[in-house]
Parts: sequence; C-alpha cells; structure tokens
Amino acid sequence: MSAAIELDELLMAHAAGRLAEPVALVVASHLFLSPVSRGRYRFFEAAGGALLDKLEPEPVQQDGWGRMSALLDMSEPEPPPVHAGRRRAVATDDGLVLPLPLRAYLPGPVEALPWRNYGPVAEADLPLADPEFRTRLIRLKAGRSVPRHTHEGNELTLVLHGSFHDIQGHYRRGDLAIADAGVDHQPTADADGDCLCLAVTDAPLRLTGSIGRLLNPFLRL
Amino acid sequence: MSMVDEHGRDDLAADMRAVARSQDREAFRRLFDYYAPRLKAYLRRAGAAGDAAEDLAQEVMLTVWRRAWQFDPAKASLSTWVFTIARNKRIDALRRERRPDMQLDDPSLQPEPPPRGDNVTELFRMSQLVMRAVEDLPEEQSRLLKIFYFEEKPHGAIAEELGLPLGTVKSRLRLAMARLRTVLAKAEGAKAEGSAVE
Repeated sequence: MSAAIELDELLMAHAAGRLAEPVALVVASHLFLSPVSRGRYRFFEAAGGALLDKLEPEPVQQDGWGRMSALLDMSEPEPPPVHAGRRRAVATDDGLVLPLPLRAYLPGPVEALPWRNYGPVAEADLPLADPEFRTRLIRLKAGRSVPRHTHEGNELTLVLHGSFHDIQGHYRRGDLAIADAGVDHQPTADADGDCLCLAVTDAPLRLTGSIGRLLNPFLRL
Repeated sequence: MSMVDEHGRDDLAADMRAVARSQDREAFRRLFDYYAPRLKAYLRRAGAAGDAAEDLAQEVMLTVWRRAWQFDPAKASLSTWVFTIARNKRIDALRRERRPDMQLDDPSLQPEPPPRGDNVTELFRMSQLVMRAVEDLPEEQSRLLKIFYFEEKPHGAIAEELGLPLGTVKSRLRLAMARLRTVLAKAEGAKAEGSAVE
C-alpha cells in the first residue's frame, strides 16, 4: 500500500470537509476543470449523506420546533438567481480562463501579482493566511525545466494553462499532479507554450520529523 | 439497520418539493423532525459545545428552508444535499475558514458528457448503491468513516481514543474507501456500458 496521497483520498476528504483551506482551494479548482473527478466527488458527498442518515439522532430541545418556527417567521425565502441569458461566468484574465474558486482568491489580475523571476521559472504567492501551507502560482517557460528537486513534504500542482511532464507523467489543463516526500522530479513545460500552475506545499519546517509525515496535514490526518 | 426505510425517504423528498413549491410548513416540520436531531448529532461531533450544536442545526435547517429552490433531485439525494449544507456551515462557523467551492450548477463549468436517459433514475440508483455500501461496511470501518466525515479529530487522536495503532486506523480507513470505490467503479462501469450500447 503506497504512502502517497491518492486523488480519491483528496476528493473524499474534500467531500467530508476535512481539507485545510489552501488544499481545498486546489481541489475545488481541479473539480471545476475535471468532470470525471466531479462525478467521483459527488459520490463521496453521497456517502456523507448516507452516513448522516445513519447517525444516532440527538433529540432537539423541547421548544426546538417553536424556535425554528420563529426563525421561519422572520426570514424571507431566497429567490432563485436570475440567469440573464447564458451568462459568461468564466473569469478571464488576458485570455486566461481561471477556475472560479481560484478567481475568488486573487486580489487582482494574474499579472499584477508579486511575481518573482528565477530564470525559467516565475512564482507568485497567493494571500492565504494558513501558515502551514505555501500557496502560489508558478509559471514555467515553454520547453524549460524546474531545477530537479525532491520534496520534504507534499506538493499538489494543478495545471491551469499549457502542460508539463515529469517522470510521473504528462499533465494538461485541469490535471492534478500529486508529489509526496519520496518524489525526485524535474517538471518540464511542453515546448508549445508557457505553463501556468497553481501549487500548494506544506511548509517544509513542519515536516522535518517523522511525526510530521505521519500526521499528514493535507488530509488533516 | 437504517433509521428510515425507502418509503420514508421518498416522503421526505416529497416534503422537500412541497417546501420549495409552496413553503409548506407542515412538510417542513417533518423534515425538521427527521434532520434536526441528526444535524445536531453531527455538529456536536464536529465540536459544537453546549447549545451551539442546537443553534447551528437550526441555522442549517433555516438554509434548507430558504434555499429550497436549490434542491435538485437530479444532482443529489435529499440527505446528501442537507449534508453539504451542514458541512459548509461547520467549516464556516466552527473552523472559521472559507470553503473554496464551486456551484455545481454553474453554467461555466467544464461541460460534462450529456446525460443518458433519466438523470434522476441514474442518480437514485447511485445513491442506492452508496447507501447499501455504507450499510454493508463492517462496524469498525463504518465507525471510522463517521469519524472521518463528522469529526475534526486528527488520526492520531482517533487512534488514541480507539486504543488502536495509528497504522491500523489509516489502513481501516483505506479499506472503507476501497469498498466505496468498488461500488463507484461498478456504477461508472454500468454507465460506460450503457453509453456504449446507445
């Protein structure tokens, strides 16, 4: 049995609401782009529904329904949203079509982020507060490689634009690459264009000891 | 044993439609009687202390009432829909985090293959399969799965509580997931077969 996180584990943990916010952001963005994962995610949500049915009920207080009725008296039902024709809800950014969950976390256009350039690679941190994770956009120039590296912790990389490959496989828009501590790789952008990715890593300091590795923060394990 | 037989569940879905159609309070009361105690149990396990579990259960039910229009039996079973509302409430209120999420009915989503035949029937079949899979799990796996879905506890704390080695907790969880996946594979296989025939 492999120690690496599997995609289904991430989908199930997201359905259960267990993922830390930065990891949930990557998974929700992946779901936005992948109909196959979306089907599997719905299945894991359905398991949550089935488990809720099986939960031992805890009786509500005696005046529970009375209080509920009072709340209903005070509230207006929400009207269904009006779709004015086929609205164009896809967030575009200079021709870049970003998943909506991600768009909500960007303070402005992608180009306005604080990019730092390291030769073939540029990266920009996203403003997420969770100190246990680093969340960033990475841009890899066409045909160029990230210096070969291993991981101290886990890294999730979602392709937003373009494509890249490494020893684990070939990743296109919407694909999620999962690398754990054991992976030694050198992602290379395909020759036909720059590759833009959303990546989240658990801060290395957290994972220096074996305890850190066992209590995998990605799944809040 | 399930708390509700299929007949009861059908009635709840009909009640939900009545709430969406005409804000039927009698129907909503039946939904409240069924779901509020389960939601309270869920939110208690998720860490809501004292009266907070009751208050949050009320808030979830209020959302069910106000967003009744959003319930679409072609997308999720009623219990699944209620579960997702409670889950989001829990993250929002108990963990004080945002939940990056997507609206599954958003027209900008990457398109899915066109549904074959009757979506509701297909979904009903899937939720039957999921329900049966959850019913059929060995007790120790179903117990762990509930902890995974309903509690904040890290695995280390679960292991301590159950007096099990951490490795056992993790492998049992994986076994439970593997069981669910077998069912999922069956459902996806049936779907693929169906489209091949058409």
